[in-house]
Amino acid sequence: MTKLRENDNLVGYVFASPFILGFLIFTVYPIFSSLYYSFTDYNLFEAPRWIGFDNYDKMFTGDDKYWKSIKVTFTYVLGSVPLRLAFALAVAMMLNKAVKGIGLYRSAYYLPSLIGGSVAVSIMWTQIFGDKGLLNSALGLIGIHTETSWIGSPGTAIWTLIALSVWQFGSSMLIFLAGLKNIPASYYEAASVDGAGGVRKFFQITLPLLSPIILFNLIMQTISAFMTFTPAYIISRGEGGPLDSTLLYSLYLYRRAFQFYEMGYASAMAWVMLILIGLIALVLFQTSKYWVHYETKGGR
Amino acid sequence: MIYPILWLLTSSLKPNDEIFTQAYSLIPSRLAWENYASGWRGFAGNSFSTFFRNSFFIVTVSTVGAVVSSALVAYAFARIPFKGKGFWFSCMMMTMMLPHDVTIIPQYVMFSKMGWLSSFKPVIVPQFFAVPFFIFLIMQFIRTVPAELDEAAKMDGCSKYGIFFRVIVPLIVPALITATIFSFYWRWDDFINPLLYLNKPELYPVSLALKLFLDGESLNNWGGMFAMASLSLIPIFIVFFVFQRYIVEGISTSGLKG
Repeated sequence: MTKLRENDNLVGYVFASPFILGFLIFTVYPIFSSLYYSFTDYNLFEAPRWIGFDNYDKMFTGDDKYWKSIKVTFTYVLGSVPLRLAFALAVAMMLNKAVKGIGLYRSAYYLPSLIGGSVAVSIMWTQIFGDKGLLNSALGLIGIHTETSWIGSPGTAIWTLIALSVWQFGSSMLIFLAGLKNIPASYYEAASVDGAGGVRKFFQITLPLLSPIILFNLIMQTISAFMTFTPAYIISRGEGGPLDSTLLYSLYLYRRAFQFYEMGYASAMAWVMLILIGLIALVLFQTSKYWVHYETKGGR
Repeated sequence: MIYPILWLLTSSLKPNDEIFTQAYSLIPSRLAWENYASGWRGFAGNSFSTFFRNSFFIVTVSTVGAVVSSALVAYAFARIPFKGKGFWFSCMMMTMMLPHDVTIIPQYVMFSKMGWLSSFKPVIVPQFFAVPFFIFLIMQFIRTVPAELDEAAKMDGCSKYGIFFRVIVPLIVPALITATIFSFYWRWDDFINPLLYLNKPELYPVSLALKLFLDGESLNNWGGMFAMASLSLIPIFIVFFVFQRYIVEGISTSGLKG
């Protein structure tokens, strides 16, 4: 028996070794170096110089752009995540009813998410929301003539990014769809017998039974929204403009690190982001006790 | 939903002056195939045949690495009761949620010290160390394979390695295909890693090359830009229409993000 166990340990580590090695080399070591760099002045060409909390101090008290990027990021996350999930759920419920050609609809709604991160789509977006773009051209058709560049105006630029993110609700939708399929039809039938209408069924059956999936989607989408980079980079040509209105956190971090070679400062930014995301995930998990409903205890 | 995509495809066939004067229209006055020729020519002697070749090379090698290594790890986590399994499993789950921004700078420093900048290595090699999402996806699938099969193979004198290659691998082919498809998509669309590491145009994959249309002098070739953007989406569409079923199942069972 003991011999068998030892054998299992060896085989287990052999099979798991790609992950374990990768985890140590590409995750653990970088996390700790990043923490170290965050307390240094480091431009990549000279050795890092220890400066204590100066980076953090500068970030919080002496960098207007930093606060701007925080504001832009929160606008983006708070604007895109709820809208995206709401669309995903609404469409999933629509598709959950037996519709003819459901496969086709499912593909049509999912396709945008599939090509979502691509540069091609971001380029397309700059043309749709530009001053002579698709949107203004379509507005012209209904008698609203405007030369506004939605992407070029500080007030609206971030909303074009939010629109892009909402357009790509497909993967959340598919996860919701899978969840909806797991709700037994008998629940709805029983509710109908009791005289419950569509709205009550939604709030008393659909939402509670879907809540674990909503939590999952909420956390994953929030994290990925915080890390959005490519569309902001392409749309603003790597600058985060106009007037820093699309300077998402990741983009600002990239600029500090790889355009100005302030590796220490950017590392400090990364650490603040890590803590921030950790806190948000923690809050979501903690409050989930009050709104996430598990059918069987410890079932997931 | 797909209107913008159609619009992109049809814009690629519009003559340059028409793209903006009739932006809402889906129908070009004539088919301007020359956009494809002018876009394909690329930049400073590097045509899109170079960029597509780079993309296919990066995607193929890193996908093979990612799927094979993830399948090995998934088997360990799903079937082998080794010491510390719980610990490593939690590490993997945490890695899935870790923001890329935290590791990106030290990784860059590390690769630059190794002299790997301006080569495909930083983009490809990390993929050979298993991808948490794929480990998770394949694990979910291995769990649906009855344990009796492992037992039966063991009776027949199969080692754990034998069980993996002869029993598990043939049965989890659908999961491997799903992981392959997602790896293909993510690597094809990847922008930040090539942006950081591939600093020579002759190493650019398609995603990064498209950006060049937005830089400086090439700014006027809208037709060529739309044409190449459309081409860059074609491999994605083909894979999607051929493997739709796997994609939908992959997302539904594991909650992969697209």
